[in-house]
Amino acid sequence: MITMQTYVQAQSLEEAWQLNQKRSARILGGMLWTRMESRPVSTAIDLCRLGLDTIEETDAAFTLGAMVTLRQIELHPGLAAYTGGAAAAAVRDIVGVQFRNMATIGGSVWGRFGFSDLLTWLLASGAAVELYKGGVVPLEAFAAMPYDRDVLVRVILPKRPGAAFAYQAVRIGRTDLPVLNCAAARLDGGYRVAVGARPGKAVLLQDDAGLLARGLTEESAAAFGRWAAGQVPTGSNARGSAAYRTHLVKVLSRRALLALDRTGGDQG
Amino acid sequence: MTPKMMEVELTLNGRTVADRVEPDSLLIDFLRAHGCLSVKCGCETAGCGLCTVLVDGAPVLSCSMLTARAAGHAVQTLEGLQEEAADFVGFIADQGADQCGFCNPGFVMNTIALLRENPDPTDDEIRAYLAGNLCRCSGYDGQLRGIRAYLDSRKAEAKGGAARD
Repeated sequence: MITMQTYVQAQSLEEAWQLNQKRSARILGGMLWTRMESRPVSTAIDLCRLGLDTIEETDAAFTLGAMVTLRQIELHPGLAAYTGGAAAAAVRDIVGVQFRNMATIGGSVWGRFGFSDLLTWLLASGAAVELYKGGVVPLEAFAAMPYDRDVLVRVILPKRPGAAFAYQAVRIGRTDLPVLNCAAARLDGGYRVAVGARPGKAVLLQDDAGLLARGLTEESAAAFGRWAAGQVPTGSNARGSAAYRTHLVKVLSRRALLALDRTGGDQG
Repeated sequence: MTPKMMEVELTLNGRTVADRVEPDSLLIDFLRAHGCLSVKCGCETAGCGLCTVLVDGAPVLSCSMLTARAAGHAVQTLEGLQEEAADFVGFIADQGADQCGFCNPGFVMNTIALLRENPDPTDDEIRAYLAGNLCRCSGYDGQLRGIRAYLDSRKAEAKGGAARD
């Protein structure tokens, strides 16, 4: 269990950043994984007073504050309409309602956890993160960055006309971590497929081989699935073997792509 | 490291409660120390739902929330919601769903949250909402049947009332 010497509700992002420069300090998200760590924390920094708990929607983008909970994402009507239910599908099987009322997008994305459902979906969706010092960084770049002492302020999901999204995952049990997850998006006529819980953190594939260039059909989606299975490194753990996961990459990426042409749901 | 003690004040079941806590004090320990023994500690890994309480009306896991973060908010436990719970716990008991009873307060708290949010849930919606509450005795069907029986009886009552009017 984590131990804390001091708890501070930061009054500004600058204060949060300053406090976080000490190596033993820690910014709190939902506290769900953090509390299971055993290392001592000198200053626990809470961003809960900074108004970062809202989802703002404009014509150009959704802006999700770092303290927005997974439950807010699940229930947000604007996100549901724009993503055809994919946003909710990406979070609805994460433990239970109580957990999702606490887990924050900031904590999930900052953690860049291998098992993350949210990171996979956001990667495919073309999201970016806003860091206090680092500015706006595309999520695929952020996912590859080493952990530093910056503060994740917001996640930005730009709106693209005609975009479509789909989310698929395989779990041993409903509320368990995924054995493998996969998100697909059609943005500006191109395709993005993210695969996570490999069990490493999510990787992003684009149609480099041009398999979808002539459109999305059963055959082209299946061809993409076979290609993806050769591109995505997988590993073994208690939830599944590398070979099983590689098979799932093929199946889920095909299904996710085909789900892009079905509106409103058929997610999961 | 010597923890820096903090003063916290929150509303617990309608009453203002103030105390000095360590920065890493968890809400579950605070609540139990203040007499709310319905709040149970199960997995301690945010996975079982036994420690469910309502903070500003939303169900959360008190085993994973800092007391300091709950300061200034309204916390409700089963001790403060006896009347609301009494409406449906009998239906759950009638189905034999409470067996050892350890998970029951968490189930009841989350069911209260469900019914406030969605007064007429489908079976799938009930299952989805209660998916974060684990029970190692019953297999979950009993709880579902109990809640369904309660909802059906409420509907029948409303229909009867309307017919009488």
